[in-house]
Amino acid sequence: MTNSGPLIPRNRGIHPVIHDPEMKTTMILGPMEPLLSMESTMTEETGPRFGHGIIGQLDNNLITNFTRGKSEAIGERIRVHGRVVDENNRAVPNTLVEIWQANAGGRYRHATDHYLAPLDLNFGGCGRTMTDQDGFYEFLTIKPGAYPWPNRDNEWRPMHIHFSIFGHSFGQRLITQMYFEGDPLIARCPIVGTIKDRAQANQLVAALDIKNSRPMDYLAYKFDIVLRGRRQTMFENRLEGL
Amino acid sequence: MAQSIVNLFETPSQTAGPYVQIGCTPNFAGINGVYPEDFGLRAIEDGAQGEIITIRGRVYDKFDEPMFDPMIESWQADAAGRFPGQPDADPKVNGFCRFPLDVKTAEYTLKTVKPGRTPSRSGGFHAPHIALWIVARGNNIGLNTRIYFEDEQEHNKVDPVLHRVKPVKRLDTLLARKVGEHEYHFDIRLRGEQETVFLDM
Ligand SMILES: [Fe+3]
Repeated sequence: MTNSGPLIPRNRGIHPVIHDPEMKTTMILGPMEPLLSMESTMTEETGPRFGHGIIGQLDNNLITNFTRGKSEAIGERIRVHGRVVDENNRAVPNTLVEIWQANAGGRYRHATDHYLAPLDLNFGGCGRTMTDQDGFYEFLTIKPGAYPWPNRDNEWRPMHIHFSIFGHSFGQRLITQMYFEGDPLIARCPIVGTIKDRAQANQLVAALDIKNSRPMDYLAYKFDIVLRGRRQTMFENRLEGL
Repeated sequence: MAQSIVNLFETPSQTAGPYVQIGCTPNFAGINGVYPEDFGLRAIEDGAQGEIITIRGRVYDKFDEPMFDPMIESWQADAAGRFPGQPDADPKVNGFCRFPLDVKTAEYTLKTVKPGRTPSRSGGFHAPHIALWIVARGNNIGLNTRIYFEDEQEHNKVDPVLHRVKPVKRLDTLLARKVGEHEYHFDIRLRGEQETVFLDM
């Protein structure tokens, strides 16, 4: 059976709602009109493929990649690792995973972030890697700090790492955020709260993974990611080149 | 009881937030030296076959204010309608491009080749188009849309996606306007009167 049918239609019910009064910007920026439903086409079933050649040796090490290995970022050292699979539970190998995050004090290295926590001279906040043949990836970084943001009167983001994942087709493209097991701010966060299905929201919480931690060095957190899959079929016309 | 079907649920999306540039275009965001260059800078390399075009436009919010912090990505076929990776595809066409918005003008610029028609599963063709994926703060899940071309009327008329846009006047939101020789204009409106048609596949 081939895996070359159309993309399995996106189940919008397990994603965040488009508008949520608890997250005010969604009321200004979320589209009003219903999305136009269609079956995926070759455009969404193909996508950019990247060689491992674009990835530098330090790209997935946020502790040292900003200083090119000269000195280390301040903060709690962590390893974030996991596996990328699709809805059919097939590994997604050789796909680009990019992350970005605030420093240990909760400050981003960005011209528009004016939070009073200081910048860390040794921390840039970006990392990237490719999944291996079996869909596994890993990053070494520091635990990002919680930070305040303008929404309701006293709003704080839980500690989080932003993730961008490609998959093998443009229709699989996904950006999400990873949270940390045990963080009390998760339950109060209106951005997490835009996901109305509790089990789905829990999918974004990485588990403390003691076994994969390294004594006297770092704690590990495991964060697996599921991308959309394609219908498995032998009956539908296979588009040329797919 | 029936046999069980093992299906996983897709990981839920979360907003890319206002700092998506840090992760996706760090050099543009002023974080230099980590990566030699930002990824996805060029849709085409020198020597790509076909008509080389430039598309410019902005992303607007509900109040018609241009936004500076969204990220747009594009994906398209070459001039013969072949996607990178397919047999005989133009090796000079990367197909993918990622463009931040200019810090002063909020305008994006996509220099690329005008794509050819692409085959549909039912045996017909899709009119020439470029797929876009847009993420922005205030958007909890990336938005898919397409740039079609106003000067491809014959093909647009029979395009299976354009065909289904209702009301018909919203079609305009998917058509790049020809503003000069090899130059087009295409704005994206996230919300409001002229809201862009977004796709769900
Ligand atoms: Fe953030």
